[in-house]
Amino acid sequence: MQDLGGAFGEAFRLIGAFDGDLVEIVLLSLRVSLSAVALAALVGLPLGAAVAVARFPGRMASIAAMNAFMGLPPVVAGLAVYLLLSRAGPLGDFGLLYTPEAMVIAQAVLVTPIVAALARQTIEDLHGDYDEQLRALGIGRTGAVATLLWEARLSLVTVLLAGFGRAIAEVGAVIIVGGNINHVTRVMTTAIALETSKGALNLALGLGIVLLAIVLAINALAGLLRHSVAESAHA
Amino acid sequence: MPDDPLAADAGRTRTGALPIAGRDLSLGRDGRMLVDRVSLAVGTPGVTALLGPNGAGKSLLLRMMAGLIAPDGGAVTWAGRSPDRARAHLVGVVFHRPVMLRRSALDNVRFALKAAGVPRSERRDRAMAALASGGLDPLASTPARVLSGGEQQRLALVRAMATGPEALLLDEATAHLDPASALAIETLVLKARDGGAAVLLVTHDLTQARRLADRVVCLHGGGLEADLAADAFFRGPPAGPARAFVEGRLVA
Ligand SMILES: Nc1ncnc2c1ncn2[C@@H]1O[C@H](COP(=O)(O)OP(=O)(O)OP(=O)(O)O)[C@@H](O)[C@H]1O
Ligand SMILES: [Mg+2]
Repeated sequence: MQDLGGAFGEAFRLIGAFDGDLVEIVLLSLRVSLSAVALAALVGLPLGAAVAVARFPGRMASIAAMNAFMGLPPVVAGLAVYLLLSRAGPLGDFGLLYTPEAMVIAQAVLVTPIVAALARQTIEDLHGDYDEQLRALGIGRTGAVATLLWEARLSLVTVLLAGFGRAIAEVGAVIIVGGNINHVTRVMTTAIALETSKGALNLALGLGIVLLAIVLAINALAGLLRHSVAESAHA
Repeated sequence: MPDDPLAADAGRTRTGALPIAGRDLSLGRDGRMLVDRVSLAVGTPGVTALLGPNGAGKSLLLRMMAGLIAPDGGAVTWAGRSPDRARAHLVGVVFHRPVMLRRSALDNVRFALKAAGVPRSERRDRAMAALASGGLDPLASTPARVLSGGEQQRLALVRAMATGPEALLLDEATAHLDPASALAIETLVLKARDGGAAVLLVTHDLTQARRLADRVVCLHGGGLEADLAADAFFRGPPAGPARAFVEGRLVA
């Protein structure tokens, strides 16, 4: 094992020099997790808002299910997507296993319940205040969903940031469906796991520092947004 | 406003909304009758003041007439048919606490016009004209939620009036307002009335009721206590809760 100080020094040198491997891995991570969050937003935001506004039998059960799936373990999400995409699976013919697309799907499966559940909570609170006003203006259910999504936009961005934070930091799902293939499906978390197990701390530390910076930045941004949401609520 | 082009070209106007009629309306919660077999109709141009002490059921009655909450007993009709979304723009509602969308004052009005089916190309000019009618044009681009309470209440009324409604249901539209803001609201209400609208106005302000109302309805403990022409009501309110209310005595 190398000495830690030297490893840190080397890690910062890699970052400062925009080391090719490091940059490639960081960019792939961002691409995969941003795509996953985009997919999750496309499905989860309207779904959460619709459940918030609609009244149907089984509504409480679907809310409970959404909340439960927020805690889906990444390896289980990975396993489920693996079974779908494997040669023998129902989507096996697309040959997506061990591609970045498979990782996007797995992370989207992980993040969609989070986005849907948090959006449902946000929109439902808002709906309580807006419901009669919107109906008085002649807005129906579908219109209310669209209006409330827009009215809640600031809060919903923090919801998406929370989803992104979860996606970029998880390792279990991407390693199962991506396989951590060099230059193809190697992302920050899987690379850190591999490099550390090999004892190659330079790249692991460099990636760890970048990942930490990204996660801290996301949380800071979410905090700022929450602050301005609170401000605008008082306005 | 039947002669108002706003309503005519909104595209949704199949029939009108008047009269807005509640027949034998009852509403109970937790075994308590909050509104008890109240029948009330507003159908002709004019201002009907709905008076009554706190908790009398005025807001509940107004929300039932607006088609926003379903009565437990009785029925509400607009022009003989159940209230429906397609005619919502013919019945303007202003709540006790106005709900402003998180966008500019202008866009709040535009939103109402869009909901009423007004073509996009006309919305901006109409919304500006509506704002100007309430003296709000200098505030058009201000976020609605940062407007003062009085400005928001005026905006809520302007927004409700922008679609050319036949009826206005106003719940304490001038509560907490300074005299100038209250006057601005009253001016708008009279303008709607002169345009042919039927106005139902919940108020605690007896001098305001005297100024504006042609007819006075008095609610007490969920029941209708009086329904009289305004001059008759103010000359001599019927004995009982209505008179006590007007004379400012404690109504038990
Ligand atoms: N959802 C509800 N559940 C139980 N009670 C209710 C509900 N909504 C209203 N009430 C009760 O019904 C009564 C009438 O309420 P309403 O808001 O219509 O009064 P109001 O005449 O508008 O009074 P105010 O002048 O204070 O606005 C009140 O006693 C209130 O507590
Ligand atoms: Mg009230």
